[in-house]
Amino acid sequence: MLMQDSNSFSTVTPQVARFDTPLHLKSGAVLDSYELVYETYGELNAARSNAVLVCHALSGNHHLAGLYDDNPKSAGWWNNMIGPGKSIDTQKFFLIGVNNLGGCHGSTGPASIDVRTGKCYGPNFPVVTVEDWVQTQVRLADYLGIDQFAAVAGGSLGGMQALQWTLDFPERVRHALVIAAAAKLTAQNIAFNDVARQAIITDPDFHGGDYYSHGVIPRRGLRLARMLGHITYLSDDSMAAKFGRELRNGALAFGYDVEFEIESYLRYQGDKFASQFDANTYLLMTKALDYFDPAFPHNNDLSAAFRFARANFLVLSFTTDWRFSPERSRAIVRALLDNELNVSYAEITSSHGHDSFLMEDRHYHRLVRAYMDNVVV
Amino acid sequence: MKKSLGMNSSLNAARPDFALIAAWVKPGAKVLDLGCGDGSLIRFLRDSRGSRGYGVEIDDANVLACFNNGVNVIQSDLESGLQSFESGSFDYVVLSQTLQAVKNTENIIKEMLRVSKEGIVSFPNFGYWKNRLQVLSGHMPVSEALPYQWFDTPNIHNCTLGDFEEFCGQHGARILERRVMSGNRQITFMPNLLGMLAFYRFEQQK
Repeated sequence: MLMQDSNSFSTVTPQVARFDTPLHLKSGAVLDSYELVYETYGELNAARSNAVLVCHALSGNHHLAGLYDDNPKSAGWWNNMIGPGKSIDTQKFFLIGVNNLGGCHGSTGPASIDVRTGKCYGPNFPVVTVEDWVQTQVRLADYLGIDQFAAVAGGSLGGMQALQWTLDFPERVRHALVIAAAAKLTAQNIAFNDVARQAIITDPDFHGGDYYSHGVIPRRGLRLARMLGHITYLSDDSMAAKFGRELRNGALAFGYDVEFEIESYLRYQGDKFASQFDANTYLLMTKALDYFDPAFPHNNDLSAAFRFARANFLVLSFTTDWRFSPERSRAIVRALLDNELNVSYAEITSSHGHDSFLMEDRHYHRLVRAYMDNVVV
Repeated sequence: MKKSLGMNSSLNAARPDFALIAAWVKPGAKVLDLGCGDGSLIRFLRDSRGSRGYGVEIDDANVLACFNNGVNVIQSDLESGLQSFESGSFDYVVLSQTLQAVKNTENIIKEMLRVSKEGIVSFPNFGYWKNRLQVLSGHMPVSEALPYQWFDTPNIHNCTLGDFEEFCGQHGARILERRVMSGNRQITFMPNLLGMLAFYRFEQQK
């Protein structure tokens, strides 16, 4: 299926797995059946011991690396990290990328047809949590014949899923790569998420989440939500370095059109996102972020939460990430140390804020490569 | 920090200072190595004593070297303490060839006594006769154990055996054992004069 060149896949094809066993969600809701879209890279070895699951972040999907046949601009979201000879080397590992349940890139989500009604789920799609996702991903592992992952990896919300894997299925994951993540959101983070949600929900085109049947999308809200999010993923320094106070037309216009380059950039990002992403999915994904808190059932004792974890951990943070600050990663490390688990932690000097985990950074990529090179398959 | 013995070289089981520290570490013990460099000591203790260990290191290149060595390393600044580590959670905390480069010496010894049952420290003995000779001749010592010129040295708190023992006495650290080396040889006669490297094992005074 895959053709490889020296350091990238030339073509990748998404696949669909269908599950007809009812899925009991944390909210109490039940999904009778659902589909997950996934992609794989590299080959599963005979011992089935080299599989790596890569969990996606807030607006992510299953397309990790490589290009689609028909689109030369379709490089996967972690293409700089994953591929033949890259830090997570697909010549050694069998990589799996999956679009989460509730997503809008092929997996069953709010925009999918609910067979019971013949209409889009829309606002009736149940709220999903990180635990629910892990449950669906373990079913995907079963479907693909993988008893144990060599590693489960992810950045941000993806890192939360990697953590949850080590709690819910300790025997099924040997290594967890938890990058630019946190064991729970701060109040400030939840606040940002709610402003983003309010932007969407109060958009006149939202129609209580049933905008599909009105033939519109809450574009303005989604655009605002993304613009806000984008600000929080960057750092003040990186914005200053990239845009400064550059004016688009060289002079002040004394109006409300785009004047500063940063405004232009944010509007462009917002527009792009609004045309690609489903608003209901954005609501679901931010809620999953807000709800994640493995320490909560253990009297807020994160160390107690990891009591049954068995995996080896790589925890990485970035110095300018103020949305998921190094302090948040150190709290995870502390809990792992309290349980005498194998853990390595690096705090990477980077100017790119939370988005650093997606950037090409030599030291960061060498750290991941060095760690993955020592993963036994 | 730990460049005084060429820590960037790959694991060398023949290193006498490693062997000496390993001899003090009980099999299967839980060890924390502060300023662990490329992680060679952690790896040596793991392979030779079956210890479970973590290194603490601040330097990016050394952290990467630890990753390559396949040892657990926590990137952190020793000067800001050992907050990530629970009190009494280790059998040994090792500070090998790093004491002399630490700014807040009192705090690090206090933290070592907090997180661990026993502390192990090694440092170049400033009282070594060759060092004394150089000072007498009017120069700061440059030697195998102190390879830096005065203006580019990371070593800011050099001390002698006598100084360190007095310091321990004043800071609630009870010395359990001492070894003094010069190259591959163990020194028992006039150690503060003839010893190049000093090793101490100590615990919290009860």
